This record gives sequence, C-alpha cells and structure tokens, in this order.
Amino acid sequence: MTSMTTTTNTVLQASGVTMRFGGLTAVRNVDLTVNSGEIVGLIGPNGAGKTTFFNCLTGLYVPTEGKVTYKDTVLPPKPHLVTQAGVARTFQNIRLFPNMTVLENVLVGRHTRTKEGLWSALLRLPGFNKAENASRERAMELLEFTGLAAKADHLSRNLPYGEQRKLEIARALASEPGLLLLDEPTAGMNPQETRAAEELIFAIRDQGIAVLVIEHDMRFIMNLCDRVSVLVQGEKLVEGTPDIVQADERVIAAYLGTPFEGAPGEEEIAEVEAAESAQSTTSTEGDTP
Amino acid sequence: MTETTTRTNDSGTPLVPLLPAPLARHTVTAGSAIALIGTFMAWTWTSDFPGDLTVDGYPGGLQLLTLTGALLTLLFALSAYGVKGLRWLTPAGTNAPLRLLALATFATTGYTLGAISSDLGGIVNLEPGAYVSGIGSLIALVAAFALPGDTPGNDTTADNAWQRIRHTLAAPSPRTAKTIPDWAGILIIVAAFAIGLYVFAYGIDTEYTELFIGFLITAVFTFAAITQAGLLARLSALTAQHRTVTLSAAFVAAICFPFTQSSDEYALIGANILIFATVALGLNVVVGLAGLLDLGYVAFLGVGAYAAALVSGASTSSLGVHFPFWAAILVGAGASLIFGVLIGAPTLRLRGDYLAIVTLGFGEIFRITMNNLNGNSGPNVTNGSRGIPAIPDITIFGYDLGISHDIAGFTLGKPGNYYLLMLIVTLIVVTVFRRSADSRIGRAWVAIREDETAATAMGINGFRVKLIAFALGATLAGLAGTVQGHLTSTVTPEQYQFAGSVPPNSAFLLAAVILGGMGTMSGPLIGASLLYLIPAKLQFMQDYQLLLFGVALIVLMRLRPEGIVADRRKKLEFHETGQLDVPDANLTDTVGVTKAGA
Repeated sequence: MTSMTTTTNTVLQASGVTMRFGGLTAVRNVDLTVNSGEIVGLIGPNGAGKTTFFNCLTGLYVPTEGKVTYKDTVLPPKPHLVTQAGVARTFQNIRLFPNMTVLENVLVGRHTRTKEGLWSALLRLPGFNKAENASRERAMELLEFTGLAAKADHLSRNLPYGEQRKLEIARALASEPGLLLLDEPTAGMNPQETRAAEELIFAIRDQGIAVLVIEHDMRFIMNLCDRVSVLVQGEKLVEGTPDIVQADERVIAAYLGTPFEGAPGEEEIAEVEAAESAQSTTSTEGDTP
Repeated sequence: MTETTTRTNDSGTPLVPLLPAPLARHTVTAGSAIALIGTFMAWTWTSDFPGDLTVDGYPGGLQLLTLTGALLTLLFALSAYGVKGLRWLTPAGTNAPLRLLALATFATTGYTLGAISSDLGGIVNLEPGAYVSGIGSLIALVAAFALPGDTPGNDTTADNAWQRIRHTLAAPSPRTAKTIPDWAGILIIVAAFAIGLYVFAYGIDTEYTELFIGFLITAVFTFAAITQAGLLARLSALTAQHRTVTLSAAFVAAICFPFTQSSDEYALIGANILIFATVALGLNVVVGLAGLLDLGYVAFLGVGAYAAALVSGASTSSLGVHFPFWAAILVGAGASLIFGVLIGAPTLRLRGDYLAIVTLGFGEIFRITMNNLNGNSGPNVTNGSRGIPAIPDITIFGYDLGISHDIAGFTLGKPGNYYLLMLIVTLIVVTVFRRSADSRIGRAWVAIREDETAATAMGINGFRVKLIAFALGATLAGLAGTVQGHLTSTVTPEQYQFAGSVPPNSAFLLAAVILGGMGTMSGPLIGASLLYLIPAKLQFMQDYQLLLFGVALIVLMRLRPEGIVADRRKKLEFHETGQLDVPDANLTDTVGVTKAGA
C-alpha cells in the first residue's frame, strides 16, 4: 500500500453496461473503471442516463447487458448485497430516514458490518452490548468526521439541507465501503457549502476510499476529480483528465449544442446589427412627431 | 403575598374577565370548598338512585367523585397560593390545571344532578346538598376561567372561541426538576403506580353505569389537569431515570390487581383486557415498528387458540391428545409462527396497500376455513361453527387454574388465575418488544418503515427483516391465543373476526395501537385497556358501540394524531411548529418507555 503502483488497483469495473426499459435504451454499452484512491466524475446533460447507470451499479436495476465487478468479483443485482460487498451510495434526492435521529441514521448504515440478529437482541447474548457499543462509537466517529456530532440526537428531518447531505455521506461511510458513489452531492448548495463538500470528499479519498461522483457543478467537478467521464444520451462520449474533457469539442457541443451549417458568419451578424439599429432609430423618429 | 406573584403569571387577559386574578383565585377556593361541603349532605331523598346519596355526613357513590374533584381543586388552588409543601403539585402551570379540575368537579356534579333528575323524574328529587355542591362547583368553574392563562401571549389573540378555550387550558412545559435522591424517586414511582392501580381497579369495580360515567368524566379531566400541571412530565422523567424500577412497579401493580377483586366478573374483565393489550403490543411490532399494515392480525390469535385447544385434551378435539400446558403453549406459538411465515413469505415482497389487502383476506380465510372444517364441507378438524367447547383448565405444578384458591387471605378465582398466567405472557411480550426495538434489528425495522429503498441501499435485506417482524408478531399473538383459548374454554370461529363488537378483533387491535401511540410500549397497553373497558362497562351503548368508536377515533386523530402516549418521533412529526426542533433536555428525559421505538 505504500508505493504509488498499488493505487492503480481497479476497484470498480463496469463493462458493456446496457440498460433498456422496453424500447428505450437509457444506458448503452458503457465502460467505466474506478481505481483505488481515485475520484472519478461522471457528467452529462440532464437525461443522459447518469443516475440510471448508478442504479445499475448498485443493484437497484439489473442491467440488461454487461457486468459490473467490484474488486474482481461480480456484483450481485441486489442493493443490500452490493452494499455488503463494499459499494455505498447516496441519493440524488436526499433519502434519509426522516424520523430517526442523526445517530440512528448512521447506526442503520452499520447494518451490514454487524451481525447481531433477533435472538441476540432478545436474549441479550454476550457480545450484544459490545457490538452495540462498538457500533455507536464508530457512528460517533463518523459524525465527528462529517461535523455533525453535536446534532447526534436531532431528528434528521430537522437538519438543514447541507447537513442532511453530509449525514447521508456519513451513513454511507458507516457501511465501511471501498467505493462511495455520490449522486449530485452539491445539488442545491451555496458556494461555501460546496467548498466544504469538496474538502469532505478529499478527506474521504484520503482514507483510501475511491469515489465516483455525479455532478452538474463544473467548477466543483473539475477541481475534484482525477478523471472525468462524459455520458451523453446513454453513451460514453469522452473520458480523461478534467483538462482533456473541458477542451473536447464534443463535450461542449453536448452541453451547448453545435452551430448549424448555415450559421451566420461574423460579417453577417455585424450587418444585421447595423440594420436593426438603423431600424430602431427610424421607428423612434416615426413615433415622435 | 409576594409569593403568589412570583409563582403565577397574573398579567395575561383571562377568558372571562370578571374578577381580578387574586379575587378569582379566592373565589375558586371558596367555590370548591362549598362543593366539598355539599358532598357531605344528602343529594336526594330516596335510595332508588344507585349509590344511596341520602345520607348526611357520609358521602357515597357519585358524591365521592365530586368530593375527589373538589378536594383536588382545593389542593391545586392552595398550591397556586404558594403554600409550602404543596408547591410540587404545579411545576408547570397553575391556572390551567385549576381550570381543568374545576371543570372536572363541575362536570361530575352536573352529570350526577342530571342523572338523578332523569332517573327519578324531575329536579324536585334533588335535596339541598345537591344544590350546594352544584352551585359551589359552578362558582369555582366561572372563577377559574377568570384566572389569566398560563402560556405567555394574549388569550384573546387566537382566531376563534375554540382555540381560545384550548389556549386557556394549556400550560407551558415544567421547570427543570430539582434532583432528588434515588430512594425518593423510587418511592414516588411506586406511589404513582399504587394510585394508578387504585384508580384502574375502581373503574373496573364501578357497579352501575352512572358511577362509571362519572368516573370517566372525573378521570379524564383530572388526567388532563395533572398533565398540564407538569406532574406527568416530572413522573416520566423519573421513570426514564429508573426504568427497571418502573417496570417492576408496573408489574407488581399488575400482580396486585386480581387480589383487589372480590368478584370473578371484574377479574375476568381484567384478564380480557390483559389479553387484548398483549395482542395489541404484538401488533405494534408489525405496524408500529416495521410499518407493515396487518389487517388480519387476530387470525394469529385464533391459530394459537385453536392449536392449543386441539392439543388440550378437550373431548371434542379431533386430535384427542392432552399436552401439558408448556407444550400446548409451544404448539400454539409454533403454529402461529408457521402461519406467519407462510402468509408473510409470498406477500412481504409487496409494499404498502397490497400487504394490507392480503392480510385482510387471510384473516377472513382463517375464520371461514375454521367454519368449514366441520365434517360436511371439509374434514372434521374444528367442529365448524360450534367450535371446540369444554377445553379443560390448565394445571401448572398441581395448581389448577380452574378452581378458586385462597392465597394469604385473598380468594383467587378462575379469571384471577388466568389473569396471573396472562401477565407472564404479557411480561414476555413486553420484554420482546423492548429488546427487539432497541437493537440492530429494531433499527432496521424502523428504517424499512421510513424509506425502504434507502434501507436496502444501506445493506438491509428488506424481505428478510420484514418477514422476521411479521413472524415475530404472529408468534406473540399465538402465545396470547393459547391462554385466551383456555380462559374462554371455548374457541369458535366467530371470536376471530375483522370487526365485531367484542374487542379482540383486527379492527379494534389496530385501533388500540393507533389510539395508544404507534411504536411505543405503553401506548397499546393503555389504548387496549380503554377500548375494552369502556364498552364493557357501558352495556347500554352496545347498539351504538361501533358508531361511538368511530366518532372517538376521529376526534382523537383530530386533536392528538400521535396517540395517547406519544412516541417522541411522532410528536415531532405531527406538531411541526418550530419549538420542538431542538431536542431539549426535557424531551430526551421524557422518552422513557417510548424510547423503545428507537
């Protein structure tokens, strides 16, 4: 783990993932690799299939074709087994357990990493309290890490928006993932909150957890990511460092559209402007007798 | 009296601005004293009215209730004056509880006078004592409403009369309590449970309808008064501190109950309440914690009862075997467990409404199947609609539960015996509920209830966890069913309906859970007690029972959607107005029993 070469270990490999809903192909033949210690961004215009692709990775959808492996084992198409394997996620629209306290939310995240079943709970078998205390301790650590420790006893529904996002990340981290999938973690945040989120994600990466992040905020994603992958209409367009992606004409075209063939040249634009200004002066003259 | 001004807020505008606050308080005291004196005089001339209210110098029957109300009003009024030794009565508000108590006294007296007049035919049947109490309580009531409100803010700012009345009856939450030594806290808890047991036993023992209605009126207003006075909040803070003591005290109080009963009739009511409450608590695991709406829950009670009846050695049982009781209980619980898994496994993959429909169907299928296994429409297993009668009584270590025993000078009849047996089952269910709720699996249930998609994304196997909740709930109901079958000594299909007039049916069970407070431990117990006791004592309403039940549900859901005992979460959920945003020290203290919902 000391040398730089180990950081190139593949954590997540998605190959040829295709998702069809009836006649609609939402995701077409997408390959994506995330290496350990890496932050990878997934961008694309609205409706490009980013969240669908996420759902394919996390088992909420079973991809029509292709396969997803995590650390060389194929991920089963069941969300709870994916989490068990070590892939945790957050949701685009925050999905906390609103009527549980902040601490309880994180404790639920510990579910896959604890084993105490019903019998253990009913009979309070030896080890129950130990496991419970260990869970609580770990959960409080995560709340410290995300800066929510002071609000451990609040109901999660009463947290401000930005803190709900943080709590969702803390809850995901509680399952001790090797890969964290973040679906638009800064949506609706103000610039300060976005900067804080950026630092939080770097801190997560520094703990050795690879991160795959969907985001619309370009400045955020370009600052954050080691690699960016662009999804357009269900297909992967480009992948590379932020600089390469930013410079790619196809990406700009996907976001802003391409000039059509008979697009006016600069001379013509100047001509039209001159004509318009002339017209406006004549019209104002006409109006005022 | 500088003491008075520091203790109460006399500055707000009262609802009835007749008298200045100090004068109003004197009037309340005087009025309730008059009402108190009135109860020692004769209220009517004939002993035709039940309870014999004709004796001078010795209050009886409904007079005792007025006496209690007036006495409490006096005590709280003295506490409002700041009399040393009584100040502990009103840690939160002083005027609102006083108003409620004056209301209790007035309503009870008024009801009694009305009942005498209508029973005996006219108000000429009232003796001077009745007028003394009536007028005294009326004076106290009017004067109590002339006292200013407890809550800061002007009473008159509220939009309509109803809101203004509610405002005057509300008090702020109590000041933080002084820490008291453990032994004192424990003593207070024990005393509280002793009072609770006494009130409960008194309610069950009321011998005629008038007395029971009077009891209900007094109890409801007094309960509201001590809540507004902050005593309840203080008590639940104490119980949260000493949870084991509280549970033991509750258990001991429950054990004492059959010994307070002289007649089997009322002990039977107690035993039935316990069965109903226990099954409701079992349902609370399924509905309150895991959020699975089970409309056929009573069928699992039936499975347990039938299974136990079949192996009980009853002559009509088609199996003709006689298991000892411990084995019968295991058979009953086991059968329910199996049925729970069989019903749950295919249906728990469904979400929400679909599950409710399937369980509703299962409940009916169970009843109809039991009807049809009569030898004509199917093999003869259950004797069809005749059921399995003459189930022999249980004998545990030579102690026959069917006959009366004398224990320490008290006679314990058959219902008393079964009551004690049922209490053990209740204790098991309470323990299961508490422990499972406060664990990894309990949190998984709540998470599933809150957001199933997010819960599975957190690694919870939704189907498995739901199946455990469903099967556990079924098992607990089956456990209670085995005792119920033996207590009623007959099991018939008609006992296990979706809705009917006799309480343990699916609709009433669900209502008990919702009325009492979903996800809490004491809620369903209290809800079930009320739902059983009220119809059982008010026989004359039998025809309108379901109607009144519906009205009561609507009223409660309007006024207190979180149920009688509020889960802290539910309280926050339904009353969004800001102030509960931050859990203050008080709130976390009051969780107590309700923390089980965690």
